[in-house]
Amino acid sequence: MSFFKSFDWITLIIYIMLVVMGWFTINAASYTFDNASIFDFSRPSGKQAVWFGLSVFLIILLLCIDAKTYMGWAPFIYIGMMILLLVTIFIGTNINGSHSWIKIGTFSIQPAEFGKFSTSLMVAWLFSQYGFKFTNPMDFAKVCLVVILPVILIILQNETGSALVYFSLILLFYRQGLSGVFLWGVFCAILIFVLGVKYSVEPLPDGVVLGKDEVAPPSMRGEHLVLAIIPFLTASMLWGYAGNAAAAIRLALISLVVLIAYKVVKRYVEIPAEILPYFTFRIVGQSLCVGSIIYALWRWIYDNKREYLLVAAFAIGFIAFQYSVGYAFHNVLKDHQRGRIEILLGMKEDLKGDGYNVNQAKIAIGSGGIIGKGYLQGTQTKLSYVPEQETDFIFCTIGEEKGFIGTSFLLLTYLVLILRIIVIAERQRTIFAQVYSYCVACIFMFHVFINVGMVIGLVPVIGIPLPFFSYGGSGLWSFTILLFIMLKLDASRIERY
Amino acid sequence: MQHDFKLERRKYVIGALVVVIILIYIVRLFSLQVLEDKYKDMARDNAFYNRTIYPARGIIYDRQGRELVYNQPAHDLMVTMRSVKNLDTLAFCQMMGMTRERFNQRMTEIKDRSRNPGYSSYTPQTFATQILGDEYARISESLHRFDGFDTSKRTIRQYKYAIAPHILGNIREVSPKELKADKDNYYRRGDFVGDMGVEKTYEKFLRGKKGKELLLRDAHGRIKGHYENGKYDVAPVPGNDITLTIDAELQAYAESLMGNKIGALVAIEPKTGEILAMVSSPTFDPRLLVGNQRGKNYNALVANPYRPLYDRAVSASYPPGSTFKPTQGLIGLQDGAITPNTVLNCNHGFRFGNFKMGCHDGVASWTIVPAIATSCNGYFGWCLVKILENKKYATVQDAFEQWKNYMVSMGYGYKLGVDIPGETRGFIPNRAYYSKAFRTDKWKPINIISISIGQGEILATPLQIANLAATIANRGYYYIPHVIKHIAGYEQIPDTFLQPHRTMVDSVNYEWVVQGMRQAAVNGTVWRAGNMDAEGIELCGKTGTAQNPHGKDHSVFMGFAPMDDPKIAVCCFVENGGFGAVYGVPIGTLVIEKYINGEISDRRKWQEQNMLNASTMQNMGAYKKK
Repeated sequence: MSFFKSFDWITLIIYIMLVVMGWFTINAASYTFDNASIFDFSRPSGKQAVWFGLSVFLIILLLCIDAKTYMGWAPFIYIGMMILLLVTIFIGTNINGSHSWIKIGTFSIQPAEFGKFSTSLMVAWLFSQYGFKFTNPMDFAKVCLVVILPVILIILQNETGSALVYFSLILLFYRQGLSGVFLWGVFCAILIFVLGVKYSVEPLPDGVVLGKDEVAPPSMRGEHLVLAIIPFLTASMLWGYAGNAAAAIRLALISLVVLIAYKVVKRYVEIPAEILPYFTFRIVGQSLCVGSIIYALWRWIYDNKREYLLVAAFAIGFIAFQYSVGYAFHNVLKDHQRGRIEILLGMKEDLKGDGYNVNQAKIAIGSGGIIGKGYLQGTQTKLSYVPEQETDFIFCTIGEEKGFIGTSFLLLTYLVLILRIIVIAERQRTIFAQVYSYCVACIFMFHVFINVGMVIGLVPVIGIPLPFFSYGGSGLWSFTILLFIMLKLDASRIERY
Repeated sequence: MQHDFKLERRKYVIGALVVVIILIYIVRLFSLQVLEDKYKDMARDNAFYNRTIYPARGIIYDRQGRELVYNQPAHDLMVTMRSVKNLDTLAFCQMMGMTRERFNQRMTEIKDRSRNPGYSSYTPQTFATQILGDEYARISESLHRFDGFDTSKRTIRQYKYAIAPHILGNIREVSPKELKADKDNYYRRGDFVGDMGVEKTYEKFLRGKKGKELLLRDAHGRIKGHYENGKYDVAPVPGNDITLTIDAELQAYAESLMGNKIGALVAIEPKTGEILAMVSSPTFDPRLLVGNQRGKNYNALVANPYRPLYDRAVSASYPPGSTFKPTQGLIGLQDGAITPNTVLNCNHGFRFGNFKMGCHDGVASWTIVPAIATSCNGYFGWCLVKILENKKYATVQDAFEQWKNYMVSMGYGYKLGVDIPGETRGFIPNRAYYSKAFRTDKWKPINIISISIGQGEILATPLQIANLAATIANRGYYYIPHVIKHIAGYEQIPDTFLQPHRTMVDSVNYEWVVQGMRQAAVNGTVWRAGNMDAEGIELCGKTGTAQNPHGKDHSVFMGFAPMDDPKIAVCCFVENGGFGAVYGVPIGTLVIEKYINGEISDRRKWQEQNMLNASTMQNMGAYKKK
């Protein structure tokens, strides 16, 4: 079959659509009511046109390279890229404390962007090795090592946002056999984090706004809430993972009864003074959690099923997470990172400081209404109220000028792209191509979800670009390479037969 | 590649995850963009800056077309707190010529919402107002070094001549009270509004219409031009110029004559009710209330014990003294209580039993004309008795009620409605007033006899007395005295100033009073200091010596000239000046002469010098106590 027949034109069309829309949006975002040309090369839209033009050659090059070459060269590309990332830490130009840019003449490139496709190739290469079994701990560790290495290097460049991208590969691992309980565990951990942190302080009365360095009075509610749900999370794992519905219902019911009984006794019964200090929700909750662990361990001994041990481990992990999260939140995260999370969780406002970006972004998007203000008519973006509006916050320009119609259309386009990549991944005949394609899907997902989520105030601010939209040559090339290696692998899938 | 079908099902889990998250995002966007309205307002508040353009205030001219009040460019220094960055306070204070403490204090004042309720760190706030000429040049040169500071153009008032502060008035920042009462929603904090004088009365004409510019402002507070190329901008409409009836030269002359005296002088053109000059003394230079020294000067004027801000011409109520007598003659004649030939006695005054109201005329019997000419207390005492015991009326009290009506028709007892703020109504008692005071309804004319000579309870403003002179000059009607002659863009001045007010007394009766006042000038009380026959002016006048319980008597003169074609009617009231002929007559007649002849004859120059140099300040017992 010819290349033209096997090539996935749908993805190419979506790609062109996104790049063109992105280009116009970059023009709008950097436009300042001065009627400057979209091709003005001193402006982002002009430069982006150059990057786009160059990426056409890049695409042709990528499609000309033999599919087998990618597999063969994957380790070398990966190793080379890791060395580049390492070097970047030391020679990178300092931009706002981040050392992720290398200046070559007038151009700057961001190697971290290119870490994505090389790591994806390497992961796919590992998976395709003879005798590789993902459930084998040694192989699992190898994969983890391959993924963690760029994460560490990029964090050392102070580009935490780009480093977090690699954690999206957990979806690939899930597809390749990682137990679903881990996905659930991640979800539970996020839940515990959100509840534990958000309710660790007293709620602010209406109209009270905290200053930059003010802190609301601490509260026990967060801990109580988390202690109360851990038994139920454990029960959910007993059911979903260990497959023991009866045990799960038993644990959940007992926990529920104990909690209600505590509340009732607390309210209607006079507790003797000597017991009172011990009759607290905290102690009851902790006892329930410990009880859940003991119950899971007992099931393990009784049924001799490994799953119960893992459930117990998760329960222990949750409790440990709950009691370490506060410390990590206040001592590991940087001030601005903590601030972003506090704002996201509604714990403080700080519209002039950490909350400024998201607030202005929301104003920009919210003011767009249903049909938007019209192309080049957005005041929020034109008057630079929204920071980073050509790069990380470019979604605002769409929201302001194209309204709800524009934003939902764009999100649906991304949805189609991601689902299409999954379809492509699923139709691959080689492990290498499938794993690589899933890597691409995961990376696109992460970028879209985090970028759009932060702009509309659903996830904390993490500075990563919106694929094909955000201004920047490195980003555009990185996503183009990711996508077109996949398309080349896909176009070559039939040749194997 | 082998297929693990159990694992392959997971593609649906992953696909569903993507779909669910995208759906959540779309729902979130729907609520942000479609359901929420507040973001549109917030974006508007962010980006749009409504800049007000102040119109030029109307110019004020005198009746000869001389410019009295004009506009002078000045600038306000504005500060937008949010844009103030890395301020070099020391250099800034040096530029402004202020101390660091004062700077800090001012910044605190601006941010204090209890004192500056409209404060927002996003909008420009006034840091300093009315910066003039050189100072502005110095500041604008280095202002670019200070982010967040900007100047805003503003015109302030300036006065050509140092005259008539009470008539012209001045402008000041609008008060919170006025802001609350502002139904048209015209004023904003920091706007200027007329205070006192015609600046206040004709504020609505003088202020014009504010314009506005809809500007785009970026995140740093920088102005990025007009929205849609100025489609929504509105140009300001300058205020209407107004012409006053005041003659600046006459006003200045009258002010100089009233110098070092306390009191008031009002000169009216009888035919029209136009006020030619109106002096309240002591006066002050209106320029004191201009510019950034206004507050300091204003406080000094308020603290001055002679109360220069107080407009005695319209706000002070004095006993009118003998200038009141013509009204009594008029009422008597009209009501049939006396005839022009009625002879009434004076025995060193008005005597009734043991009661005596003294008179300087000795023992005499008069008809009305010589009684007015000599200002006989006895005659007018008996005249009032006759009025009140008129058989037309059932009781004295009924007759008195009619008497009061006559007085009101002559412009006494109520505000005349002059277009100068702060007018008071004087006082004309009515029947109920006395019944309450005497605790009986059966009081007798003798109980209230002192009102016949303008003493007792009677109070009148100098304006009312001048208006009486104008009414007599007109033989029975007056126009509400006013200072407005023309408002640019309007056909005519307000209607109320164009309607003649007839008194209840017929013209024929006025002739007798005119004769009396003419005789006063020919050979009576006015003659010595006021006769101007040699200057070719047929003067009619009436002196008054208003008894003053607080100190020396007030010297009053009321008159008009020429007798047959009156061009000017004057009231001059000098507090603690003694006899009417001492200050009132010379000053009043000098003003008349100046107005009619344009100059003072050599014969009367000595009197002019006397009056210019004279001071009554040594007699100010009442003020010294303060």
